[in-house]
Amino acid sequence: MRWSNSRYYGFIFAASLVVIGVAGFTVFESFAAGPSVPPKQLTIYSTVANYSLPVAEYHGTDYVGLLELLEPLGTVNATVKGKQWNLRFNNAQAVFVQNSATAVVAGQSVRLNAPFALQNGRGAVSLNSLAALLPHFFNRQITWSPGSRRLIIGSVAVHFTAQIVRNNPPTLVMQFTSPVNPQVSTEPGRLLLKFTHEAVVAPGTTVLTFGNKDISSASYSETDGTAALTIAGKVPLFAAFSNNGSTITVEPSAQAAIQMQAQAAQKMNPAAPGSPALNTGSEPAAVPTGAQSYFVVIDAAHGGQERGAALSGQLGEKEITLAIARRLRQELQDRGITSFMLRDGDATLTLDQRAVMTNHIHPAMYICIHASSAGSGVGLYTSLLPPLENNRGPFMSWSTAQAAFLPASQSLENALASALQQSHISVRELSAPVRPLNNLAVPGVAVEVAPSTPGVTADLAYPTYQELIASSLAVGIAEMRGHAPQGTP
Amino acid sequence: MISRQLAISAAVLAVAALCMGLFVWHMRGRGTQTEYSAADSRPVTPPAAGPTEPVTLYLADDATGSIRPLETRIALPEGRQQRAEELLRALMIQYLGKDSTHSLGAGSEVRDVYLVDPGLVVIDFNQAFADSHQSGILVEELTVLSLVKTLSANIPGILQVKILVNGAERETLAGHADLADNYDVAAVDKLVAQMGESQGR
Repeated sequence: MRWSNSRYYGFIFAASLVVIGVAGFTVFESFAAGPSVPPKQLTIYSTVANYSLPVAEYHGTDYVGLLELLEPLGTVNATVKGKQWNLRFNNAQAVFVQNSATAVVAGQSVRLNAPFALQNGRGAVSLNSLAALLPHFFNRQITWSPGSRRLIIGSVAVHFTAQIVRNNPPTLVMQFTSPVNPQVSTEPGRLLLKFTHEAVVAPGTTVLTFGNKDISSASYSETDGTAALTIAGKVPLFAAFSNNGSTITVEPSAQAAIQMQAQAAQKMNPAAPGSPALNTGSEPAAVPTGAQSYFVVIDAAHGGQERGAALSGQLGEKEITLAIARRLRQELQDRGITSFMLRDGDATLTLDQRAVMTNHIHPAMYICIHASSAGSGVGLYTSLLPPLENNRGPFMSWSTAQAAFLPASQSLENALASALQQSHISVRELSAPVRPLNNLAVPGVAVEVAPSTPGVTADLAYPTYQELIASSLAVGIAEMRGHAPQGTP
Repeated sequence: MISRQLAISAAVLAVAALCMGLFVWHMRGRGTQTEYSAADSRPVTPPAAGPTEPVTLYLADDATGSIRPLETRIALPEGRQQRAEELLRALMIQYLGKDSTHSLGAGSEVRDVYLVDPGLVVIDFNQAFADSHQSGILVEELTVLSLVKTLSANIPGILQVKILVNGAERETLAGHADLADNYDVAAVDKLVAQMGESQGR
């Protein structure tokens, strides 16, 4: 048999296409296996539980498993009879039929937005059917946000108000109807509060304007199961929590606040001697020494995506450090000492960010709170660097910035140890290779809180134990007030 | 004109490519599932054989929060680099034992040790060493001090130690102990002594 030219070329062409296709497919699959697009999810908020479910796409429409949706909310049971799917949820009986857009729930006919899907004995309905379907199962208000795929069952929505209560420095106070714990992140020109666990809902208007040039507006948005508040500001902003998490106060950072107060003072008395120089962008800001003679930075270690040590199945180090840090702030406030927390929520901060923020605002000292289930009592740690008195030129080495401040850090460590011992807490003073201590250009100590009794991790979560540690640390910090920090440049 | 043999060869190659593509696709899924066995704590590399030498291992003790010396004998090869590897493996065996006073995660292992003159030792651990390490300032610090002190006490001329994980730099061991910078042997010696003093108080 002889093949014609065209048949040969056609065959070779087809074979080449197959080879290229297979090779391309293999390479594509290998690379596609790496980073993947996060799957769509439905987030449900209710009085019983808050949870998220995966969303499956079927014929271009988003579907969710009805059994999975209802299981956390009550007693649910399903049986399959041919194309018919019978569901019982608490006392409500429902009948769904495969590929039918009509269901019967509690004796009433319900029109679904898209046909009911039945696969492997599990029934699924389109997301947009939920608003029509669920009121027949629950005798409660159902709020469905199709854009963000948030489903709120019952009166669990968290409302909030926001208003500027002071102008210089401006203070934005947001009151929530129940405690919230958003992820807080700071970006140039804005502060972002991301609510992943609470059913925060939009105010009357999604953009609130405040008529203040430094904190100009707050915008509400919802995406993929979460609500977010973006606060626009001309200055770096920080959020502080109070009232058990029901109040969030947004203020300019300490450095920005000082500059704004100085600006206001200069306006009132332009010739005032000793007015601090302002950061014009070309030169570093001169920080007024008198205005913040004793100002403490408190750093609740870890946070956000970094949980720290798993102290128990439920208890993460980041929660304990934040709780103790908040108590320490209150104790210092009671003693008339100003403090600033680097994170006052579940924010992710890198070690470098912590050092940069601290060095930028020039506090009298830096206290970093850690927690551990190992050992007992409190460990106090200063940097594991040799003292270096000559590291005071115009530029400091980032990795050894702490060296010149080490004597002051050790004095602080001694004062804290003494105060803790007076409260009958066992203390150990050591050096440790723990960042960001090495990068700080201020006196700094890391405090690792362990249970009062070895092995009893639950101690760490007891308010009385946390309060004892916080008040003892505050006593030690107050003791240092009379001694000028030796490391301040 | 293309011969019939050439056409058949092309067809065979195309089929082979298709089969290989499917095979690779199939194996890709399996490859991602291949991980170290967390339950297997045995070191992969067998200890060196031969005559033994006296060495001092510096073992961390979680209960007292200190480093204590342990005089023992192990078989050590001639080269400094190989000696360093064997010392660290002997240390890891102590920590992976049932009665260890300072536990490391199962599967922890030294991948490589490099001696870089003048006086720098680079230790490369596997991923399990860091991922399964207990988290905390003191517990992480004890691990690092034990490694540095054991090497410097048994191999003369070591001034600094750098720790890598899986061949790469890592910011911290398990959230606390700094792995970004080198460890200074003199500072570690001083701290180990300080730990002994503060523990005795």
